[in-house]
Parts: sequence; structure tokens; C-alpha cells
Amino acid sequence: MSILTTAAQPNSQEFRDNADAMRAVVDDLHRVVGEIKLGGGERARQRHTDRGKLLPRERVRRLLDPGSPFLELSQLAGHEMYADPVPAGGIITGIGRVSGNEVVVVANDATVKGGTYYPITVKKHLRAQEIAEENRLPCVYLVDSGGAFLPEQDDVFPSRDHFGRIFFNQARMSGLGIPQVAVVMGSCTAGGAYVPAMSDESVIVEKQGTIFLAGPPLVKAATGEVVSAEELGGAEVHSKVSGVTDHMARDDDHALATARRIVGNLNRVKTIDLDVAEPEEPAYAAEELYGMVPTDLKKPFDVREVIARIVDASAFDEFKQNYGTTLVTGFARIFGYPVGIVANNGILFSESALKGAHFIELCAQRRIPLLFLQNISGFMVGSKYESGGIAKDGAKMVTAVATANVPKFTVIIGGSFGAGNYSMCGRAYSPRFLWMWPNARISVMGGEQAASVLATVKRDNIEAKGGRWPDDEEAAFKQPILDQYEHQGHPYYASARLWDDGIIDPKDTRMVLGLAISASLNAPVEETRFGVFRM
Amino acid sequence: MFRKLLIANRGEIACRVMRTAKRMGVDCVAVYSEADRGAPHVAMADEAVLIGPAAAAESYLRAENILKAAKSTGAEAIHPGYGFLSENADFAEAVRAAGLVFVGPPSDAIRAMGGKDNAKRLMEAAGVPVVPGYYGEDQDEATLKAEAGKIGYPVLLKAAMGGGGKGMRAVTEAGELSDALVSARREAEAAFGDGRMLVEKLIDRPRHVEVQVFADGHGNCVHLFERDCSLQRRHQKVIEEAPAPGLSDELRRRMGAAAVAAARAVDYQNAGTIEFLLDADGAFYFMEMNTRLQVEHPVTEMITGQDLVEWQLRVAAGEALPCTQEVLVMRGHAMEARLYAEDPEKGFLPAPGPIHHLRFPATDSHTRIDTGVAAGQEVTAHYDPMIAKVITWDRDREAARLRLIEALGAIELVGPTLNRRFLMALAENQAFAAGEPDTGLIDRLPEDFHAAPEGVSATAVALAAFSVLRSRAEAAALAAARSGDAGSPWHGTDCWRLNDTAHQDLVLRSGEREISVSARPRADGHELRVSMPDGDAFDLRISGAMAADGAVKAEIDGRGIASRVVRVGAGITVFAEAGENRFQLADPMAAAADDAAVVPAFVAPMPGKVVAINVDAGAKVSAGDVLVVLEAMKMEHAIKAPVDGTVTAVHYGLGEQVDEGAGLIEFEED
Repeated sequence: MSILTTAAQPNSQEFRDNADAMRAVVDDLHRVVGEIKLGGGERARQRHTDRGKLLPRERVRRLLDPGSPFLELSQLAGHEMYADPVPAGGIITGIGRVSGNEVVVVANDATVKGGTYYPITVKKHLRAQEIAEENRLPCVYLVDSGGAFLPEQDDVFPSRDHFGRIFFNQARMSGLGIPQVAVVMGSCTAGGAYVPAMSDESVIVEKQGTIFLAGPPLVKAATGEVVSAEELGGAEVHSKVSGVTDHMARDDDHALATARRIVGNLNRVKTIDLDVAEPEEPAYAAEELYGMVPTDLKKPFDVREVIARIVDASAFDEFKQNYGTTLVTGFARIFGYPVGIVANNGILFSESALKGAHFIELCAQRRIPLLFLQNISGFMVGSKYESGGIAKDGAKMVTAVATANVPKFTVIIGGSFGAGNYSMCGRAYSPRFLWMWPNARISVMGGEQAASVLATVKRDNIEAKGGRWPDDEEAAFKQPILDQYEHQGHPYYASARLWDDGIIDPKDTRMVLGLAISASLNAPVEETRFGVFRM
Repeated sequence: MFRKLLIANRGEIACRVMRTAKRMGVDCVAVYSEADRGAPHVAMADEAVLIGPAAAAESYLRAENILKAAKSTGAEAIHPGYGFLSENADFAEAVRAAGLVFVGPPSDAIRAMGGKDNAKRLMEAAGVPVVPGYYGEDQDEATLKAEAGKIGYPVLLKAAMGGGGKGMRAVTEAGELSDALVSARREAEAAFGDGRMLVEKLIDRPRHVEVQVFADGHGNCVHLFERDCSLQRRHQKVIEEAPAPGLSDELRRRMGAAAVAAARAVDYQNAGTIEFLLDADGAFYFMEMNTRLQVEHPVTEMITGQDLVEWQLRVAAGEALPCTQEVLVMRGHAMEARLYAEDPEKGFLPAPGPIHHLRFPATDSHTRIDTGVAAGQEVTAHYDPMIAKVITWDRDREAARLRLIEALGAIELVGPTLNRRFLMALAENQAFAAGEPDTGLIDRLPEDFHAAPEGVSATAVALAAFSVLRSRAEAAALAAARSGDAGSPWHGTDCWRLNDTAHQDLVLRSGEREISVSARPRADGHELRVSMPDGDAFDLRISGAMAADGAVKAEIDGRGIASRVVRVGAGITVFAEAGENRFQLADPMAAAADDAAVVPAFVAPMPGKVVAINVDAGAKVSAGDVLVVLEAMKMEHAIKAPVDGTVTAVHYGLGEQVDEGAGLIEFEED
């Protein structure tokens, strides 16, 4: 393998400026995530722990194998989306290890609005289930939720990808042999009652967990029966009489220990039939990514500098190095797992798109997972390129991306604009995972371009009527558009809405990818049937 | 010399005797009880014979079983060690009657020295000084007063049948005698049903100094100098030494001569010890003679260079003493501390239990360890809980004392509680260090003089955390190697989290205190943030390697440290910086995973008849005890105690029919 070289000059002013700028956005990310990790307010947390309950993140920690990693998903879900803060969308999801198995963990945070489901909570829960299904990861649900958040019921209950989909997914996954395990650690009301009921195996905590289709107030209203929550749907009822739950636990710890045992008895073997090598650290420090990548998207950088800090031994075998050079393609390894890398190194031309399609075909043929490093302002425009058929060449790459059946991973390391997003496996192309760096931006086009397009249309309109548009008025016209694009294209905005699976610190990219690739290999790598490539 | 020797004992003394016997080419036969199957003395012997169940009365004290073992193995001689049958004249007689050699004195000598009054009269007759006193039948107050006057005040009034300090009064002048006599008599009547009194001279701050004597069958008798055994707790020797500090040569000579005279008076043979009380003025009085090898004989061996067991065997075989009095010299100073599995915090109650880990410091000409237990064995309640005798020698007393402290500190034991802190505190005690021991010294010390120092060693916390992290990483690496996906980052043990500092949190308990440790991975180890219960927190860096036996070579903040960390279950014992630190790793998940701890409802699983009730309300029961038996569908169902606890109520009687789900008993977990 060939080892990538670097042009890094850590003492240069440019490197240091870049590093300072990147560090600032990373620090802000850590600050925001740090606040989110606290969950609900101080009082809600206190009330929760006063009841002898563990906080949700502590539950997750104890569920996992001691010291093992946790690849959390969608940390910023719901961030600044609603009138009240809904930290992490009121639910913690991620991939972790339980009794040696990689599993998807879904844990309600009862300190956030009693663990009720906002629209974003539903979306995050469903996304975690999607990840579980695609990668064949067992699911462990740590349930502590009051059900749907009623004020938003119209965006929670009725549609296809709303609350009911959770149980649909449970049934389908169980059918696919993907184990479903529920631990009832608090309320499990109404629809929520189906989480344990639809699980393969379930645990309930004594005098703490309750499961019922209708709670005591509703029962009283409907039939006049007066009954306590514990009598109606407590651990005793469900473990000894109804059989809704299979195991009764003394407390959170006991319940989690029982869940660990359940997962330990799943009889699952992860078999990997890829050519896996011994992992090697990259030759260059991950921290140098800060200095190599400018946060100003207008400034170009060589994406090989990024690859060199992600892949094993910084070894990268390039494919078609001298053809379609604005797209970099080649083979490497991450934690020993083979990957094919498709990375932007400028705007996409026909040649780059053809090269990309070709390379994706190779990876699909060889069953090699694909990694897309996105930093794309779009395809080249202009009559020369339109007449050259850039649309159909772009379409070839999009076809290849859409139909390649190998696990795909996307990291947006810079801009993600327009059709470039599609050909580089944006969210709509269902990569197994998609992350953004905190310096990245995502929108249909860049804010500058959008403002210019709209301003040009308006100016043409004014001038057609013989009018004149002063520069300061044009600037005033453009500013809100620029602001809107900056706001909506920001990773926080994107991540809050689950356009991605999370924002990651650039220097964690290798670890995140390693965990994700490894987790994805719980599912067999399938054969690909490509669609028609327009020639 | 006989060719085969049976040692009618166990533990360290059995091993000690065998060591010499083997060196002399004598084959050794061990005897053992059922509790001692795996004991070192059995492993060390050439042959071993089971002589009965664990209880000593049914094994080590069973003369006929021991004689049978000797017969069946063809042993020609029996060494009784100390304790058990060692001072039993009938046993000695029986051994000899069976045509075997008893390695010890003649039975008559044992008998003569066995009765205290008798021994005192014999000694008085032989000109050996005894404590002046009155032991007469005439209990008239006037008589007692007159005798006290003859003895000279202060005197001690003692119940003739007494013991344990009851019916005992110190009287400093004649005027106090009447009152003291009334109250002492009353107490003695109440305690022993016998108000008879003795009067003895009260010796202020006495020292216990004993002389080792040896006599053969050829008329030779020597002494091997003295031992000071003044450091006693409730008449149990704690630390012994030789020679006695501050003893003049002249006094030594006189005491030695008195001891030899005492031995000759009973036609003694083999090893014996004459115990004297020594007062502050250098007057000494005969107390008693021990007609066996003493526990503390090693200190004599260390200063004389003689092997007393070898002497015993030679004398028993009919040889003359290996040397004469003139040849015997003392060299340097030796001390011995008795390390027991007993808990000084709980009134020195024996602390039986399994020994998970045991390691002694290296032995050499300065340090000797006599032990009879090993890791993997259990200290049982059946026998004396001795772990080892720690013996040190050096050119002078101070050097020997410092070595004793060092050797005690270097012992590693995980399992039963030791009296080690107590021993070390005594060895460090100023009066003892100054060479002024007396038999009351320990009683005068404050109750908690041996309490462990407050506070937790930061180094020990770091090492404990390091061992947990290391063994987690090792277990993960092992699992990784087996997994077929060895390189997966999921095998990591650094608690990696997205957008958070990777850190692993541990909670260690030290007694009641909780110490939290947050470990952050570094390229070559960990950075630890240690938060102490008092709110103190500090950071330190640790790196290093841990061997399979728990030996840790670590670097803490740039300082190299060698230590050992032993883990048994949740227990972590750190042996570092000449001390031990015990922690418990708080692992709620491990505790919760133990389903046996769930207390089930004690209800009938199906309709049936009560066919047995093994407990009454209020009964204390242990985990696994059968409480109630039901018969249903022709099967018996035993309701057992899931954990130790108390049955607080029994709801049904024998023969009663019960319905499914009927509560049979009420149970409270301990």
C-alpha cells in the first residue's frame, strides 16, 4: 500500500488559524452536548433519583459491558426546535456492547417532559430502529415514558412514520430474527405498553415499572373502577398474573443485570467474511485535522490530508488518480476493515462522476464498504457541461450510490450543497450512518449563491421596469437570505432535525467510523443489482 | 538415631520438626484430621495418616489413633510438638509402653511439674526461689494477716480455686487486709463456691523471663540462656525475645543455675523451660516448668546457633547433649512475633476463613518465618489460628526490632483478618523499644493504640484502580482474541463516548469511605482523578505492567513503585509501601446479577399438604435451610431459605392442606 504524505506545516500561520477556528466550533459543540447530556432540569433529575431510579445515561452505562464504548446517535435531536428545551429529544439512543454483542439501546429520559414523545422523539426512536434493522443489531429498550406528548399529538400519532411505526418495527425485526428486549423502568402507558408487549423478552422493575393501556384516571373515567397504578399494571401483576413481562427485578440495577443476561443468551455470532487486517494507527495525528481543514468553506484543501488522518497507517491505494481529479477514490482500511473511499476534492465534473460510478461498482462487486467524505458545492454548471451530458454522468453516479448494496457511511466534512449531496450519498441515499463535522454546512445551494440568484431575479425585474436598485438596498435584500441559509444550513439545525446521525469532532472520525463499520458487519454484506446507467 | 519419626501435631510446629528431621535423614510421618487434608504439614511429610474428624478431641488428642498410625507406618519415635498431647504424661507413658521413643521428658518429670503446688514445693526443696506465699488450710483472718506480714507488703490475696482475676485483691498495707479479705472471699464464694484464700507476694511490674534447659540421659544438663516473654495479652505471649533486655551477666548466670537445678530436681531429660517472674530489683521467682519445646524456641536458636529439635531427637535417641555449657554462647539479639488470624478490633476473636493469598518476606540469616499454612487453605475454628511466627535476628536489639517491624509489614495475606497491626504497634511502642517490657505493658496501653492510621493512601488507591483497569483491559483483549473480530474498536475499555472525554469511573470503598476514581486513557497508561470522601481531589498519572500473580511495577507521577495487588471477588488488597490497603470495588451490576439474593414469596406453588415444618417462628436460618415441605401431586416440595434470615411467623401446622398461593411463612432477610 502507498502511504500518503502530508503538506502539514503545524507552525504556519494558516495552520494555526485553521486550528483555532476549528477548535472554537468543536468547543462549542462540546459545550452544547455537555448541556444536553444533563437531560431535564436539576429538579426533574432530583425527583427522578429520589425515587431510587438511575438517570438514563447511568442506566445505559450500567447496561453496557464495563468500559465499552457507546456510539450515541442524534445527540442534538430537538435542539432549539420547540418552545421548551427537549434535550436529546427526550430519548437516548445509540449502539453499545452488551454481553459481547453490539446492540441498539433506546432509553427514554423521564427527566425530560416525563419521557413523553415529541415528534422528534418519535423520529429519533424510529431512526434507531432503522439502524438496528439495517445492521441487524438486537434492540434493548429502557422504557420510562408517559407516551405521546399530547399537545403535539397530530405530529406524533397518525402518520406512517409516527408512533405506531415503533411497534410495527418491533414486530418486523423480531420476524427477521433481530431480538427485541424491553426493560420497564417506569411508566409504559397507552401505546407505550406495546413496547414490552411486542418484545421477545421483557423485564419490569418492582414498585417502579407500570404497564397499562389506560392509566388509573382514564380507567376511572371510563368504567368507574378505582385502582392504583401498581395494582393496575405493576410488576407483580404482569410477572405473576398477566405474563406481559417475563422477569421481575428488584431495582434498576437488577433489571439491567437481567437484561445483560438476556442478551448474553441470544446465541448470536458475528461472522465477518471480509478480508480484515490487523488495525494500525494512522501515521499522522488526528488533532492535525484541525489545522488542515479551514472552517471557511470557500477555502479549498486536499482531502487526502483528511484521509491520511483517518485510515490505518495512512495507507491509501488510489484508483484513477490522474482522471477526474476533483473526486478522490481509493482503497484503505479503518480498524483493519477494508473500505472504499469516495472523497470530494473540488467541484464535480463529468469525468469525476464517471470515475465515482466506476469505483462504486468496484466496491459493490467486491463487497467492500463505502465511505463518502463530502465537501461539495455541486456539479459544474454552464452550457459546455450541460451539452457534455453532465446530467446523465451525474445520474450514473447517483444510480451507483443509490443501488450499491454494501454498507455506506457518509461524513460531511465541509459543504453539502445541491446535487452534490445526492451523488455523495446524502441522507436521502440511506447510508447506514451519516455524520457532520461542526464546520460543515448543508443546503440546496450555498447562501451566497441563493442570495445572488434571488437578487439577480429581482434586479432583472426592477431594471426591466426601468428602475434602478441601489447597492445598499440589494445588500439589505440579501442579508436575510444569507442569515436564513446560515441558520438552516448549520449542523446544529440539521442535526436537531435528524438530517444526520450526529455531529462529530473531526478527530473522533476514525473511531466513529470504526465503531460504525464494525457494527454494520453484524449484517451480511449483500450482493448488488445496479439500476440502468444512462449511457 | 531412629529412621522414622511420627509428628503428633499440625501447623507450623509439625513443619518445624520435620524440617530438622528430614535434614538428619529421618523419615517423617504426619498425622492429620479431616480438616487438614490439604495442609502443608501433610504435604511435607513422607507419609501421612488420617486420625479422625476435625475436632481436636477426636483426632490430635486421640492417643490411641496416633499410636495406631505409628504402628501402621513403622515409626520408631513420636514427637508431640507443643500443645495437644505434648505435656500429657499418660500419653508419654503409652508411647513408651508401645515400644516407641517419646521425644520428650520422662513421664514422672511431666507429672512432677504438672501440679503447680507440688512443683513449687519441689523447687523450694531444691533451693530454687519461689514467690513467697501462704498456701495453708488455716483460713483464719489472724493467720492470713500474720503470713502476709511474714511475706512482706504489698501482697496479693488470691482465691485458692481462682482464675481470671476473680477473688483477687492487692493489699499494700496491713490495715487494708480485713476489708480486702471480706470482699475477695465474697467474690470467690460467688464465683467458685469456695472462699479459701492464698497470700502471695505482690510483684510490681514483673517481667516474664524463662530459661531454656536441656538434659540428657547421661547426667548432663545445660541451659541455653533466657527468653523474655513479658509482652503478654491476657497471659498469652505476644512478642518474645532473647536475650532478656538489660539482664546482667551475673543475674543470667544465677537464673541459669537455678533453672538447671530445677531440672535436675526432677531428673529431667530433653527440652524444658523454667519460667521465672523477675522483679524490678532483680529478684526472680520460679513460676512453673514447661516440659516440652516452647512456641518461642526459635529466638533461642537464633542467638545460640543451635537447632533445638535436633537436640531433642539426639537426646531421645539416647545420645549425649551435643555440647557443654562452656561451649554455649549467645550472639546478637532475636525477636519473635506471633501472627494470628484474629481481629484486634473485635476483642481478638479468632477470624477463621479461607486464605486467598499469602506471601512472606524472603528468609535469610536475619529473618525466619515458621509457618504451617498456605494460600488456598482455610483457617478453621477447630485449632489455634496461628498464621506464622515471624522471627528476626540482628547484632543488637534495636536492629532486630526494626527488622521485626519490617518483616511484619512485608507479609501479604488476603483472607482472614490478622493481628499484624497490633504486633507492629507493639514493636513500635516506646517502652518496648526502650527495652522495658513488663507483663502489664499491654494492659496499660490505650485501647486503640494499634488502630490503623486514618486516611487512605493515594498511592494505594491509584494502584487499586490501575489493577482494575489493567484486568479489564486484559479480559477485553482475551475476549477480543476469541471473537473473530479482534481489531474491532468495540473491544475498547476506555468508556469511549461521543463528544465527551473518554473516562472510566470506579468507586472503591475503604471501610465506610467511598473513593471515586475517574480514569482517562493516555498513550501510556491513565490519568486518574481521585476524589476522596473528605472532598479532597487530586490528579495523578499511572502507567506500568501487572503480572499474573498481581505483582505491579508502576510509575506514579514519575515515581517507580513495586507492589502487589490481589483481587478476590470485589475485594482488592494493595500491598505497597510496607502496608496493606483493602478496598472493595463497588460493582452494583455484579451484585444485582446475583439472582440468589432475590427473596421469593414463601407461598405454596400448588395445592398440597404440609408434611414437614422444620422451623418455629423466630428461628434463625441459613441460606439453603429447608423450612417447610409440602406434598402435592405425589411430589415433595421443599421451601428453602434463599438467604440467611429469620422466620418471623409460621402460618400452617403439620398435616394441614394449603391452597395454591397460600403464604406459608413470613421471612425476614438478615
